[in-house]
Amino acid sequence: MPGALSHLRICDFTGQLAGAGATRFLAAFGAQVIRIEDPVNQGRWDILRGMPPYVDERRGVELGGPFNNHNVEKLGVTLNLRTERGKELLRELVAISDVVAENFSAGVMERWGFGYEALKAIREDVIYVSNCGFGHAGPYRDYKTWGPIVQAVSGLTFSSGLADQPPAGWGYSYMDHTGAYYMAIAILMALRHRNRTGEGQWVDIGCTEAGASLTGPAVLDYTVNGRPLRRQGSPDSNRSQHPAMAPHGIYPSRGEDTWVAIACRDERDWRAFAEATGEPWTQEGRFADLRGRLVAQDALDELVAGWTRARGNFEAAAALQGAGVPATAVQRPEERIDRDPNTEAWGLWPTVRHREMGDVRVDGLPVHFSETDWTIERGGPCLGEHNAEVFGRLLGLDADEVASLTEEGVL
Amino acid sequence: MTGPGPGALPGALEGLRVVELCDELGTFAGKLLADMGAEVVKVEPPEGDRARTYPPFADDEPGPERSLYFWHYNTSKASVTLDLGAEADRERLRALIDRADVLLQSGEAGADLTWEPLRETNAGLIMVTLSPFGRGMPRAEEAATDLTILAGGGPVWNCGYDDHALPPVRGGGNQGYHTASHFAVMSALVALLHRDETGRGQHIDVNAHAAANVTTEAGTYTWLVAQQTVQRQTGRHAGVNPSMPSQVLCADGRYVNTGIPPRRPESFAAVCEWLTTMGWAEEFLEFPLLEEGMRRERFDMSMLQQDEELMAIFGAGRAAMNFLATRLTAYEFFTGGQERGFQIGIIYSPEEVLTDPHFIARGFPVEVEHPEMERTVTYPGAPYRFGASPWRIRRRAPLLGEDNARVFAELAADAG
Repeated sequence: MPGALSHLRICDFTGQLAGAGATRFLAAFGAQVIRIEDPVNQGRWDILRGMPPYVDERRGVELGGPFNNHNVEKLGVTLNLRTERGKELLRELVAISDVVAENFSAGVMERWGFGYEALKAIREDVIYVSNCGFGHAGPYRDYKTWGPIVQAVSGLTFSSGLADQPPAGWGYSYMDHTGAYYMAIAILMALRHRNRTGEGQWVDIGCTEAGASLTGPAVLDYTVNGRPLRRQGSPDSNRSQHPAMAPHGIYPSRGEDTWVAIACRDERDWRAFAEATGEPWTQEGRFADLRGRLVAQDALDELVAGWTRARGNFEAAAALQGAGVPATAVQRPEERIDRDPNTEAWGLWPTVRHREMGDVRVDGLPVHFSETDWTIERGGPCLGEHNAEVFGRLLGLDADEVASLTEEGVL
Repeated sequence: MTGPGPGALPGALEGLRVVELCDELGTFAGKLLADMGAEVVKVEPPEGDRARTYPPFADDEPGPERSLYFWHYNTSKASVTLDLGAEADRERLRALIDRADVLLQSGEAGADLTWEPLRETNAGLIMVTLSPFGRGMPRAEEAATDLTILAGGGPVWNCGYDDHALPPVRGGGNQGYHTASHFAVMSALVALLHRDETGRGQHIDVNAHAAANVTTEAGTYTWLVAQQTVQRQTGRHAGVNPSMPSQVLCADGRYVNTGIPPRRPESFAAVCEWLTTMGWAEEFLEFPLLEEGMRRERFDMSMLQQDEELMAIFGAGRAAMNFLATRLTAYEFFTGGQERGFQIGIIYSPEEVLTDPHFIARGFPVEVEHPEMERTVTYPGAPYRFGASPWRIRRRAPLLGEDNARVFAELAADAG
């Protein structure tokens, strides 16, 4: 069955996660995503090609687990843009592509002679979407980033932590994922605009700006009330800021490094919590309303922890969920991936077939469409795996020509 | 910022009609569409959306028009009030949905709506529902908040401190809701492009717990591929094996992320130049090792364990970055290092980003008029820069029921 985006072709220079994650989403809905890589350095610009985890003891640019995860359902070709013939073939590909996407450092495409103006000269209504740390204009245009640096500068690292501790930050590249989501949104919105007006455009994303747009209430508390998030005892992000809740936190449970998250949203939840735990301190007058519980939150948290410590985290969560109180074990990867009935029922971990790695489970999508749902079956492409298909079938080169261009180092 | 000025470009979603029936899980999706030009009508109960009661409040005075939380998440939207317990207002909701391109739904209001009956009168409708676990899923009845979505869905396991006696951490800012909303928008747009080709709408089920699960990078694929479990570390990626600390406290009491320390002759040369320029070359006792690093022709990381000199050179490079960070302010370290090619970052608090020269030069902080308060308020600006159809805050968040008269008149006119 054709996918929702089967009518679209994307000339894809993205890599890592901040870019690759965007075209991954589109490919899952049938867009023809043609990933272009440099044959001279064997695609190593995308360091994830060779990075762990690995399925076995083999190593190399075809065996990086992260690359496979982020590039499912895409086609892969090699093209040496140092050569005139390589540039010529890229021009032919751009001419039949709806979108050109990239997440190089600012200015790389321009230096290759494929900045927006050049792309537009090839195809008037082309949509060009670029994504780098600080965008293509401004004092930090040439500064370099990766996920943790984006998170640091945009205010997200600081926003994550416990009172009177250094920032905890994000234990993964939240903004590589999220930058990719903004990139996908930008591509799709620009396509919608083109559908309505016939007009293409350049969308430039500075990932730090996307990040800085995710802390709005904290920003407004400063610009309206003059209250900075950087103040004594703040932030304390396991507590709830918007709205205020108490108890609200991550509490220790029985067993090593096991934890349970509990949130009492309102008075009904608090009464249900009191009933489910049966603890006498829940009846103390100082905890009778939200204001009191917020004032005495440190003491309250100690008492809640006393209850949770005597139980397993799944057991504690189940007892509270039974009373309608939001609660969950802090799930370890193996728990949420292999033992959570919800992720299983959703089909969240599809298995793809990769030419070298074999069958591998990957991230699925957290959405289901009633008419044109996603498909993730094909693994990430090996270097030049689809050269024959793309340069042959799509651009019309014959097999001998593809062979000789490979020989000459153009492909 | 009220209404387009002369010559203002239309947003990419100009003309798109959206009905938003969302609690805090999905309301950000409405903002993302509205700030790009969609006409988003937010349906509120007569007493107002619950988020109007969320702190912080302007001047710390509670009131339905004073929640800064509500302000942020509802820019560019219109507000109508409907009493969904009353037949006449349910009819109005139905009429609104009948003329909409997209229906966004999360939370209790509208949870009973399903696509099949709605499509009979609006075959092109794209109905996007967001819920903690997906509609009809095994855990669908469980209560959830941002905290529990992120704790059960994976992100929290990855975040926290080297000291595991401290609890793992949920990052701030309701990012679990944001992630679900991002997927709602991406999906609505995919369905819209499909509808542009076929005329057919559909229902999209967004699962917030699943969205968190697939937004945890190595935490997930390290288990999927190699059945290994990552462990949290202070301010850096959770990993199967511990990595070196990368967060340093600077002279002004702010932290920086020192990134990846010198590994190439050029970067050793750069750090030598930096120390020399600051006049600290003699004071930094391992300076000769940095000079050795400049002279080395190649660095073979795989030899690190066997090559003691190489190990010492690497250690000196890291120590030099830490030395510079502790002597400089965070901003001096950030810009001084980036100018020399180091991928390092200042750890700003959110409000500090808006005063940074780069963000100011790009016009990231935007001014929004609040006429009834005779006030102009600075908001976070565009997450992306569209050349032809830009992001823009059309109007401050709506007053409760502000657009009742206009929208109801339009519905009456449609009904003819």
